[in-house]
Amino acid sequence: MTIVEAFKHLNDAYGINLSIVYDPFDRERFVHGFLMTLLLSIVSMALSIVIGLVGAWLLGGRSRLLKGATTGFVEAFRNTPPLIQLLFFFFAVSPFLPGAVNSAGQVTPLIGGVGWAIISLSLYAGALNVEIFRSGLEAVPSATREAAESLGYTRLQAFRHVVFPLAFRISLSALNNNMVNLIKTTTLAYAIGVPELLYASAAIWSESLNVREMMLVMLATYLLLIAGYTGIMNRVERALRMPGTDV
Amino acid sequence: MDHHKLGAPIIVIKGVEKRFGETVVLREIDMVVHRGETVCIIGPSGSGKSTLLRCINALAPINKGSILVDGVEVNDPKLDKLAVRRKVGIVFQQYNLFPHKTALQNVMMAPVTVLKQDPREVEARARALLKRVRLEDKAGSYPGELSGGQQQRVAIARSLAMNPLVILFDEVTAALDPETKKEVLVTIRELAADGMTCILVTHEMAFAREIADTVYFTDGGVIVESGPPSQIFQAPQNPRTRAFLDLVL
Ligand SMILES: Nc1ncnc2c1ncn2[C@@H]1O[C@H](COP(=O)(O)OP(=O)(O)OP(=O)(O)O)[C@@H](O)[C@H]1O
Ligand SMILES: [Mg+2]
Repeated sequence: MTIVEAFKHLNDAYGINLSIVYDPFDRERFVHGFLMTLLLSIVSMALSIVIGLVGAWLLGGRSRLLKGATTGFVEAFRNTPPLIQLLFFFFAVSPFLPGAVNSAGQVTPLIGGVGWAIISLSLYAGALNVEIFRSGLEAVPSATREAAESLGYTRLQAFRHVVFPLAFRISLSALNNNMVNLIKTTTLAYAIGVPELLYASAAIWSESLNVREMMLVMLATYLLLIAGYTGIMNRVERALRMPGTDV
Repeated sequence: MDHHKLGAPIIVIKGVEKRFGETVVLREIDMVVHRGETVCIIGPSGSGKSTLLRCINALAPINKGSILVDGVEVNDPKLDKLAVRRKVGIVFQQYNLFPHKTALQNVMMAPVTVLKQDPREVEARARALLKRVRLEDKAGSYPGELSGGQQQRVAIARSLAMNPLVILFDEVTAALDPETKKEVLVTIRELAADGMTCILVTHEMAFAREIADTVYFTDGGVIVESGPPSQIFQAPQNPRTRAFLDLVL
């Protein structure tokens, strides 16, 4: 008996319907959903880290205007529901943008659902990252920065070789919490029809009538996804550990 | 000590005033340090000793007067501060090592990053410096794994790696227990004996008396009295110096 037959038998004999194993169509939808979740997670993580770094840099800079704008951005995105942010971008901002004309001559939105999901998630997690990196930078003792400057480092060299590496290590556990949260928050993209894991699973269970099984599969998949992320980050943390300190 | 070994003036401070807002922290400071000289600055807490060292190293700008380091005006706004800092090393009370780098990397970093020297050549020199401060077996240890005295000796080696003309020491033994204090004092004594120009702010009166060529006593932001240790410690001219020494000796 092949695996496919075994899972068909599981359904026929016991009513446990894991269609994603024996049904090629459901399997493909599920795999695509998983890959979409992976894409949303990885791209949004990368962008949110860039946003966090730029924001923290601006907060430490001299321009009052940029500092005020950064603070406003952080407060706005930190203190409103991410689902509403996403819907706002997709339904309120998107229609005002000029469309693109495709090969068939039709006007389509310049940025689609996936694009808006990435933008929205990146801004949301990025706002939190600004705070995380800022407090990390503040936790680096000014005496350490001064030691670098007294050795002839320029401000930029001191930042690159001393201040940032220390701030990053200090920020790492808070950053990881936020990134795990971001992975979970990608499910919001369901609301604007992005075919990620939740969307794909819902499509499967409404046709194959296996809500309970798909719920369990989905939960297990997120558990594994986040376990994978945590596993990678544990290695990073070990590699960056500073022996003899708490960080 | 004998003044015959002293060379040309290397630091010349004239009429320096330093304010923080309205508060005058240093006033009318005059000081000349010669090549190979060991200078000790003593005085009560808050008298401006650390501030003076920070001014010499261009970490704090002065409000009046002039500081020449090897003929270069530190206070010149057009001056590249980094050029001065490369000539003047400073060692702090709290060591301030880079905790994410090993002892060897701490010593190597600045010559590689700042002076763009060849890492292999720098490594050989860094290892020799660690040997000089008796820490060759701790090259791979991180600051967090070293005792205070060991960290302070790494900090001295880190400063020496830049081949400075002068090293400033700001109460470098104040945070150490008597045992480890001794290790660090031995290192400084050897440096001074090798002809390195040193300016030490210290509360170790016995040590100052032993190694200084010239002692400066500061109080309330001014230099009250200066001279060879025999004068300052045995026959102080100023009543404030006498009162301070009565308190600490
Ligand atoms: N950044 C600063 N802003 C304002 N005042 C300062 C600053 N740094 C130092 N001071 C003041 O300048 C005076 C001299 O300080 P400094 O640290 O030079 O004293 P010190 O002689 O090194 O004392 P200690 O022996 O305690 O180290 C003190 O009154 C201090 O409060
Ligand atoms: Mg001091």
